Amino acid sequence: MIRIGSILQTSWDWRAAGNFILGGTGGGLMLVLAAASYPGRPPLLTGLTGLALIGLGLFLVWLEIGRPWRFIHVYFHPQTSWMTREAITAMVLFPIALLALAMDAAVLTAAAGVLGLGFVYCQARILHASRGIPAWRDPAILPLIIGTGLTEGAGLLIVLAAASSAAPGWVPFLFVALLVLRGCAWVVYRQNLAASKAPGATLAALARAHGPVFMAGNVVPLGLTLLALLVPALAGGLSVLAALLAIGAGWYMKFIVVTRAAQVQGYSVGRLRRGRPVPKSPVRRQPDRFVA
Amino acid sequence: MTRYVMVADLNRCVGCQTCTAACKHANGTPPTVQWRKVLDVEIGEYPDVRRLFVPVGCQHCADPPCMHVCPSTATGQRADGIVTIDYDLCIGCAYCFVACPYQARYKVTQPTSFFGGALTVNEAQRHDERRLGVAQKCTFCADRIDAGLARGLKPGVDADATPACVNSCIANALSFGDIEDENSNVSTLLAENAWFQMHAELGTEPGFYYLWNGRLPVAAGVEEGGES
Repeated sequence: MIRIGSILQTSWDWRAAGNFILGGTGGGLMLVLAAASYPGRPPLLTGLTGLALIGLGLFLVWLEIGRPWRFIHVYFHPQTSWMTREAITAMVLFPIALLALAMDAAVLTAAAGVLGLGFVYCQARILHASRGIPAWRDPAILPLIIGTGLTEGAGLLIVLAAASSAAPGWVPFLFVALLVLRGCAWVVYRQNLAASKAPGATLAALARAHGPVFMAGNVVPLGLTLLALLVPALAGGLSVLAALLAIGAGWYMKFIVVTRAAQVQGYSVGRLRRGRPVPKSPVRRQPDRFVA
Repeated sequence: MTRYVMVADLNRCVGCQTCTAACKHANGTPPTVQWRKVLDVEIGEYPDVRRLFVPVGCQHCADPPCMHVCPSTATGQRADGIVTIDYDLCIGCAYCFVACPYQARYKVTQPTSFFGGALTVNEAQRHDERRLGVAQKCTFCADRIDAGLARGLKPGVDADATPACVNSCIANALSFGDIEDENSNVSTLLAENAWFQMHAELGTEPGFYYLWNGRLPVAAGVEEGGES
């Protein structure tokens, strides 16, 4: 396939990346925190941190849109738009999570965790639905974005737990598993893009990020966490260092994917055909499958 | 039913950009915005090289990704296939920009003049405040089509019911019409020539067809032949 004019998209800048960075960590934290606290009430400060991250991410998006005072319109298209679904999830998450932090109700804690995961899932689907960006539309973006959000959430819980209340003993093991999964997702993602002949600049940007993301952000934290599990005397410092490295790598990776590796599809010359085409009808002529 | 499409004959296009200028004149688009433009493309490797002039813009897809991702329902689709933007609904989130595989969308946030400084009298008269901060793109001159239809004219045949770019083309390279009418101008052109759609593999079913009867460079990796 030939590709012409595959330039870097500039429609979404650091502010959009900030939503994926902060919202992903916040959503992941809500899930891991809910699991760690269930059936009890989550620690207030940790829960508020997760909500603050999500809120700050959405605020960054609000700063980027061209008509910020029409923000309410973002709720108009839940039938197909993952951006609408993300906004609705956040709208439901905030009151549920605040209630979960205020009341000792297992169902609210569980709901807050599920909504946190739902928020991260919506973010992954937002990127996947961006058909004009080869680096985003690849299906491998889904486990990568979800995986890094959960890894960052678990990492942040480890950091916050070190400073305040202790997290359950299984959290470091979950963190190890998530690091492995995220590392695998990163490798598969790059392999998929290479196989699908993504733009060269996309592949180059991801190749440059490989060291910080994979080695410093997955392999090193994995080793540090395993060492902390083997040598309890060193557990505090090593776990926090590993968590910070993993969080930083996830944030860096999302920044690169959104703002540096996001070359557009470009133009192309397609496969030549002969004979009168059989055109597909415009989709809006067909009955809405969500209404029927 | 009716589905309007455009056909660009690459055998005829000379890359003069008259369609680009006609579009800007008809739609009053500001600097940096080109709803219609013509790419000057070289493909292949020496000595097997071709130069093509490729008009591009919104492809008015039958299954437009921009419409599905739009959170505000500002991007819509008419029964005749024309993809529309409601400037009063759009929030300017640019999600449609990254969803569109054809780089067809633009956003400007403040009035700008072609001559620097303040808008000229003409630019001020044609300035549309509703287009600031929101997505904009080719409309297939839907207003001309509707006005022409109201007068009993036929889009693609009668100039007053046909997009400005098509009317202006000096080489008769651009054609417009109803692809669901087997006897229309565009159906005839597609039946009698080799053609391709851009990024057909993405499943968007673009409403923009390119005619090319020459051979394409082998190095370009483009397959030829095959009945649709």
